[in-house]
Amino acid sequence: MSDAYIVGVDMIKFGRFPEKTVPEIGSQAALLALDDCGLSVQDMEALYCGNLGQSSGMVGQRILQQIGQTGIPVVNCSNACATGATAFREAWTAVKAGLYDLVLAVGVEQMGKGLLGGAGGATGIPKEGLLGSGTMPAVFAEAGMEHSRKYGTTFEQFAKVSVKNHHHSTMNPKAMYQIETPLETVMNAEMISYPNTKLMCSVNVDGAAAAVIATESKARELGLMKRAVKVRASVLTSDPWQERDLVMPDVNTCTRKAAAAAYEMAGVGPEDINLVELHDCFATAEILHYENLGLCGDGEAGRLIDEGEVALGGRVPVNVSGGLLSKGHPLGATGIANIYEVSTHLRGEAGKRQVENARFGLTHVIGLGSACGIHVLEKVA
Amino acid sequence: MSDKPLPAVDFLKIPDDGEPYLEGHKCQPCGAIFLGARSVCSKCGARDQIEPMKLANLGSLYSYSIVHRSFPGIEVPYISAIVDLDDGASVKGNLINVDPDPDKIEFGMPIEVVYGDALGRKDRDGNSYLSYFFQPR
Repeated sequence: MSDAYIVGVDMIKFGRFPEKTVPEIGSQAALLALDDCGLSVQDMEALYCGNLGQSSGMVGQRILQQIGQTGIPVVNCSNACATGATAFREAWTAVKAGLYDLVLAVGVEQMGKGLLGGAGGATGIPKEGLLGSGTMPAVFAEAGMEHSRKYGTTFEQFAKVSVKNHHHSTMNPKAMYQIETPLETVMNAEMISYPNTKLMCSVNVDGAAAAVIATESKARELGLMKRAVKVRASVLTSDPWQERDLVMPDVNTCTRKAAAAAYEMAGVGPEDINLVELHDCFATAEILHYENLGLCGDGEAGRLIDEGEVALGGRVPVNVSGGLLSKGHPLGATGIANIYEVSTHLRGEAGKRQVENARFGLTHVIGLGSACGIHVLEKVA
Repeated sequence: MSDKPLPAVDFLKIPDDGEPYLEGHKCQPCGAIFLGARSVCSKCGARDQIEPMKLANLGSLYSYSIVHRSFPGIEVPYISAIVDLDDGASVKGNLINVDPDPDKIEFGMPIEVVYGDALGRKDRDGNSYLSYFFQPR
């Protein structure tokens, strides 16, 4: 079985583009990724396209209708916030299986503003605010408060995650925002769902990212190994049964399962990882995933953020892109955008936010419902 | 239009002669408790061995969030709470009769399930609904 390499990868600057269509945004990213490796859509043998909002809308084919209809197989997939990672993984799987030498994966999303989740049923009465809250800020607040219950994690510690990620994004020109948010600003921002203030909630943006994956022989043949990034592990899990499943989505167990499998597949441990892009859909979530991904022991996540170990310059920088909190979270694009970020560091091309001497990086996304995708990437040259 | 309030959710039962209660469905082989009837257990895979049970009215607070922004028309703030009932089931709902202030809310605080009108919400046909709430005891 050949190893699979990322040879081209890029993302558009995240923002709000109401004048554009989903396939237009996806096409932009696809062309950027192709340009990144000097290839054309004519070279691609298959397309894997992740999108959530138009999941019945044949987005992958509509992208090819914009950039080149070559008759290749197109797979459209949706998997909540793990959609982009799932599309990437399907592309990786096909290359690993020996079906193709060169494939394209695209993740794309166009978002409205406002709260996600908790829409309620079509019959009866609205349940939101009657039987608790189904809004995403509240659901992830409850998950964070479970951590507070166990380990005494404070509102301030959760807020520090946002301070860090917003700071990181000031060095990322492709992030939605480049604004410093001091601790008082984060904690005094409008409270959405305690302990998540507005600045502790990810930004709904439009965005797209794309990657070209190649077999080792094809990457060598094309002279693309110098900037290639090796995919050391690709893992997807769903949520195993948990006692509070029905009322409290469990983002921890499926992440822990995926992390264990990813480290085993990659043959490395969390101590080998030089940077992480994880699913900080809310500041509370990031704290949970330090432990879920093994970056520290259980109960140590508060210390990790307090001591700056997860900031740029620290032991294992997390979300140096600015994360979903500040770079933005276009659901279907996020899983490939974080692969772009880690790849950029492994290539030594991340500019001011470069994590020095990065050899291994990890990406993580989680979609409620639930799906967790983890990739471990390695610098080649 | 019904002359009596309807249950806000299927697992809230309103007997003709007696007090309302929450109903769970328990897998006999493995003990997993579900809210709502089903035929297959998603914990152990057992088929057709899931029996209805009356859930406990007492429990304790497991986790919560204080919701300050919700959808238009939903009154805020309110406490969205996860409560572990004494028989092992977990239920989500509004925690009432406590200030929406983290200093006033304690993990593990003893809770009872109480029943009342669904905050005046009516369906398209004008039916009233009965809901459940959590309050400290």
